[in-house]
Parts: sequence; C-alpha cells; structure tokens
Amino acid sequence: MYQYDEYDQRIVDERVAQFADQTRRYLAGELSEDEFRPLRLQNGLYIQRHAPMLRIAVPYGNLNSKQLRTLGHIARTFDRGYGHITTRQNIQFNWPRLEDVPAILDLLAKVQMHAIQTSGNCIRNVTADPFAGVAADEIVDPRPWCEIVRQWSTFHPEFAFLPRKFKIAVNGAKEDRAVIQIHDIGLDLVRNAAGELGFRVLVGGGLGRTPIIGEEVAAFVPWQQILNYCEAILRVYNLHGRRDNAYKARIKILVKALGVPEFARQVEEEFAHLKDGPSTLTQAEIERVASRFNDPVLSPLEQDAAYRARLAEDKAFAAWARRNVREHRVQGYASVVLSLKPYGVAPGDLTADQFDAVADLADRYAFGEVRSTHEQNIVLASVREADLVALWQDARAIGLATPNIGLLTDIISCPGGDFCALANAKSIPIANAIQDRFDKLDYLFDIGDIEINISGCMNACGHHHVGHIGILGVDKNGEEFYQVTIGGSQGNDAALGKVIGPSFAAAEMPDVISALIDTYVALRHDDERFIDTVRRIGVEPFKTRVYADRQPQRKPAHV
Amino acid sequence: MSDKIIKNGCVVEDERLTVKLAEGEAAADIAVPAGRVLVPLAVWQARRDELLARARSGEVGVWLAAGEDVAALAGDLEVLQLIALHFPKFTDGRSYSAATLLRKRHGFKGELRAIGEVLRDQFNYMTRCGFDALQPQAGRYTDAQLEAALASIGDFTQPYQASVKDPLPLFRRMDRGADREVQQ
Repeated sequence: MYQYDEYDQRIVDERVAQFADQTRRYLAGELSEDEFRPLRLQNGLYIQRHAPMLRIAVPYGNLNSKQLRTLGHIARTFDRGYGHITTRQNIQFNWPRLEDVPAILDLLAKVQMHAIQTSGNCIRNVTADPFAGVAADEIVDPRPWCEIVRQWSTFHPEFAFLPRKFKIAVNGAKEDRAVIQIHDIGLDLVRNAAGELGFRVLVGGGLGRTPIIGEEVAAFVPWQQILNYCEAILRVYNLHGRRDNAYKARIKILVKALGVPEFARQVEEEFAHLKDGPSTLTQAEIERVASRFNDPVLSPLEQDAAYRARLAEDKAFAAWARRNVREHRVQGYASVVLSLKPYGVAPGDLTADQFDAVADLADRYAFGEVRSTHEQNIVLASVREADLVALWQDARAIGLATPNIGLLTDIISCPGGDFCALANAKSIPIANAIQDRFDKLDYLFDIGDIEINISGCMNACGHHHVGHIGILGVDKNGEEFYQVTIGGSQGNDAALGKVIGPSFAAAEMPDVISALIDTYVALRHDDERFIDTVRRIGVEPFKTRVYADRQPQRKPAHV
Repeated sequence: MSDKIIKNGCVVEDERLTVKLAEGEAAADIAVPAGRVLVPLAVWQARRDELLARARSGEVGVWLAAGEDVAALAGDLEVLQLIALHFPKFTDGRSYSAATLLRKRHGFKGELRAIGEVLRDQFNYMTRCGFDALQPQAGRYTDAQLEAALASIGDFTQPYQASVKDPLPLFRRMDRGADREVQQ
C-alpha cells in the first residue's frame, strides 16, 4: 500500500499538533462549543450518545499489519476493546475520552494514519474497490488515482467549509464495486476510442433524505486534467450550493435545481480557466505515486492440487471457498474475504485481539496488507492458493471464517440507536435477529446472493436504499419502527429500492424477511437471484405476502 | 479585548469603520462617513464617482457579502486598494472561493481582508486563499491571544495543493523523489 514520504508525514504531524492545541484551547474555554464543533468533526470526532466517537480514515480501505496492531492497541487502551468498520471503509471507536484523542492521533500518525476529514462539511475519505490491483476484471488500478485525489483534497484551503459533506469514489473495473453512482463525485476510469486513459465523471449521487443516482457530467476527462476538473466542480458547488437548509445542501440538490446540462455548462466554464494550470497531472507524478505502493510482484503459480483436492473432500472448507474466496488476476493466487458477520456480533465489529490476529494473518498469508470493504468485511487481496487451507483454519480459530459473504446474513448495518445520537432506531439488534432466523447454512446457500442493508435513520449510513432488501429505522410517536424497501442494488445497475408499505415493529422484522424470502423461493426461476426476481415480477407479490402474513399487533397486557 | 487586526503576518492597529446598509436604507442615500471606511458593494456601485479619489488613496475600501460575485469589481481593481470579503459564519466557505477568484482570475494585487466571523483556526486556509489581512470581530481575542494566533497561519508548512499563496502544487514545488523516504 501507499507509503508516506516526508511531506505526507509532515502534514499529518502538523495536524496532530494543530488539533492538540485546539483541544487544549477548547478545554481551557478559549474556543466555544460552536467554534470547536466543526474543528473536531473535521478530525472525525463526534459527541455521541454515550461518549465521543472517533472515526479514523482508512484511505480507500488500505491497511497494513502495523496499522492493524495500532488499532488493536487503541481499542484495548482507549476504548472498550473493539472497533467498527464503517460503510465508507473507515474505522470507528465508540468510547474514547475527548482528552485522550490527541494521544490517539499521535499514535496513529506514527503508523501513517489520521482522522482527517472523516466528518464535517468537507471532502471526505476517498473510497474504492477493495479488490483494486488484483481484480480479474480491472481496467486500471484506481489506487494511485485515489491517493492523488486524497492528497489534493487534504486540507484544500478553498474547500474546507462546503455547504455539506462531499464524498468521492473511484472505480477502475468493469464491475463497479465502489458504488460510484451514490457519491457526490463518482470517477470511472475509462479509455476513449483512441485508447487514451481518462475519467467518466458522475456528479450528484447520494443517499440520505433525498436518495439520487449520480448522473454523467463529463463522458471523458483526460487523466492529466482530473484535478482541474474536480476543482471546477467543487468551486461551482462551494459558491452556489444551498447553505440555508442542511437537508438541501448536498451537491445533488444543486445539480437537480440547475439540471444536468446547466450544471455541466457552469463546470465547463470554470474548467476552461483551470485547464492546463499548475494542478495538471504529469506522467512522472502518476508514476511516483504508483511506485510508492510497493505492491508484491506476483508471478503466476501452478494451480495448487492439494487445495483442489481439499475442496472436493471437505464440505465446510468448500463452502467457505465458494463464498469467501475470489478470483485473482494472477494464476495461483486468490483474494479472501474475512467475514465480520458471524452470528450475534454487530456487523463490522472487530475486537482488539481480532485486530492483532488479522495483522498476523496478513503477515503470514497476504504480504502484510488488508483492505476494509464498504460491506464491512476485510479482504486479504493476494493469497497463494496453497495457503488457503491454513488461512481458513486460522481464520476459523478467530471467528472470521463464517462462509456467508454475499449471503443473507452478510448484512450491512450502521451502528444505529445503540450508539449513534442521530439514529431514530436501533440497527444492530435487527441485524442479529435476522441472522438468528436464518441460521441454517444450507438454506442460506439455497437463497443465494442477496444484500440486506440497514440504516437507523434517513442519513442512510447503512445504504438501505441500495440494498436488495433495505431496512430503515423510523420514529413513530417515540417508538422505533422499520420501513422496508426491495429492489435496490449497487454496482453497474445501481437502483433505489421501493417501499413495500407501512412500517413494522422491531419484533416483526424476522417474519417480514421470512415472508419476502418465501415469496422469492416460491416464484423464482432457476438460478435467479432475489434481486432479479424482484425486477422481473415487481414489488406487488412480495407486498401482498408480507402484509397477508402479518399478525395483527397485540397490545401489551396491563399487569 | 483587542480591536487590532493581522496584516501580512503582524498584529497591527487598524481603525476602519465598516458601513452596513440597514434595512430600508438605499445605497444612493446614506451618508458615507469621512475617514477610513469599508463600504458595501451596493454603495460603491451607486456612488463610484463620488468615492473614486478616496478609493485610490485607500481611505475607502469595498466589502462583499458572502455570495456576491467578485466579477462585479473586475473593472475597479486598478482603483481599489482594499477589498474585504465577509464571513457571516466561519463555516460559510464561499469567501474562500471569492478570494481565490479575485487573486488568481482577476489578478487583484491590493489588500484582501477577511471580515466577519474570522477565527484563528481558519487563518491558515484564509492566507492560502490570498487574504493578507485578517480582521477578527472586535473583542473576540485579547491582544495576547491575537499574537499567539499568528502561529496558526503556519499550521501547514508544505500543503499539497496549489493555492494563491503556493502557486504550485507540492509535486511541482518540491522534489518528492524516491530519496525522500520516511524512516520508521
């Protein structure tokens, strides 16, 4: 992964010093609550339900073993022994003390990490495909481009106080695994007819209160100009985005208000001034950044006979390999997904010991590196086939080998009302209740690929709009209810789900999911995924079944 | 409590009245006080001929509200010695773009002053966007605090981006070759 040079390190060290001083002035009463809030948010520090929450940046999901051990140490020393992987590939700690945050940032800086711009109305952590650099369907490795965007957006003096938060994702593969269509800017690496590299630029995607799929603003921006083009977009947004209403302040609202052609025209007008300016990228700069990733040089290996034999004879191993092992672009290697979705655990949580153990797995089997995914799992990008059995056994020993990647229990969930001050309802207990209902592995395999996404409020951190089944926590007269959508999807054919009807009480949710799944199983064609059945037959049959099955709600007896 | 401002990295006295149009007041009618003043864009536009000499001498400067288009002053940049851009709240970032445009696109060379909710934790961003004068609200800081706040201008010594202050991005400004390793 990317290694800092002295300038990267200096910027992070200077941030640690700056924030330590800001915290000191806040605690001394020199900075008011209102003045400190945006500063701490731009350092990932929220004041939450129980304690501060610190969100640490994991640039496009890349982590090395040294960093994982530091995260384990932080979880053990400053938190209650665990951390949480977010749907934007970052890591959150839910229990640090405000006074300890400067010390935590100092520890992070020593392993080239930080919490810069993980919250606040600024450009957030850039996200990407967790299989970047190793995916068989990759056109161009997005990581150097992500790093270039990361550097450009870090402490950009003009864009630190935007109307609202701003998220950028980069895709470089045939199948988009970075969900670029739901980002403020989605950058799609493409080649034009002449074979030259550039970016298709999408703008105005986002979930939240007003979910919108991003639209193409430029079909092809030459790679040299991409920072100039992004600067043009950000300047138009910074000057003209709404600031009177936080719910209407995202760039998607500006794009909708102006219309795509007019928005694109304003960006082009601004871009004309910036084109070929000093921020124009050079081949030397791309190569310099790319060379700092120090990727292992992988030569094709013979297919491993022992691995294949084990697949044939060991059902449990084969089940894991089928769900959690992915094709690698180099023969003889594979990518492995460690599931952070075992039964009874908050999706995406890792204990301090698991952070250390994952670091050991990375060192032993994966060249010392892992990636966090927006589905809240962990990827070991390059593992020798010959090591897969040993890796599986080691991962099982630490509870990270549940063979459920892409299955019903691989649920995406925000932290919800158990932790988050914004939430209307709890998310994690709903995820756990669904996992309890579907605990038979054979049945899960039979149901096949399906994505359930849960958000505790309409801020949509759990990306419920793009779940095949989306669950949204809502407040009804002070009680927690859940609205269900179906038919959403991420990827190349990203779509927003449709609401099936009135919302449900928490206790009803496992039955609701069962009714949706039963409908699918009854009506599916051979080899048809849940989402494809929904697309073919529409929402109605699912809706009818769910509400027909619904038990009238019993009033609790007075005792 | 201080009513000083920061100019080119130094704390200095700078008494100057900021004229505001009250509700119902017309730019053409209000009395522009004698002495050093900042007048709203609307007053400047309505009274340009009358104020021209005072603007040339630097006695009169023009201030723009956040969101007012700096292009409105494009024809006056040779005349004006001082332009101020207002921050209604420190979280309203429009004047960063306005400052950048005034300096880079329109080539304004005079004093560019940040007024309104101007706080030390934004000094670094402000100076990088071309502000050379920073005017916190009177009374926000003590003289000692304002002196201490000068340090914030230099919070980041080698930023990544090109900006007004650093015309080149880091990769063109410094050698970032392979010999620049961090020892861990």
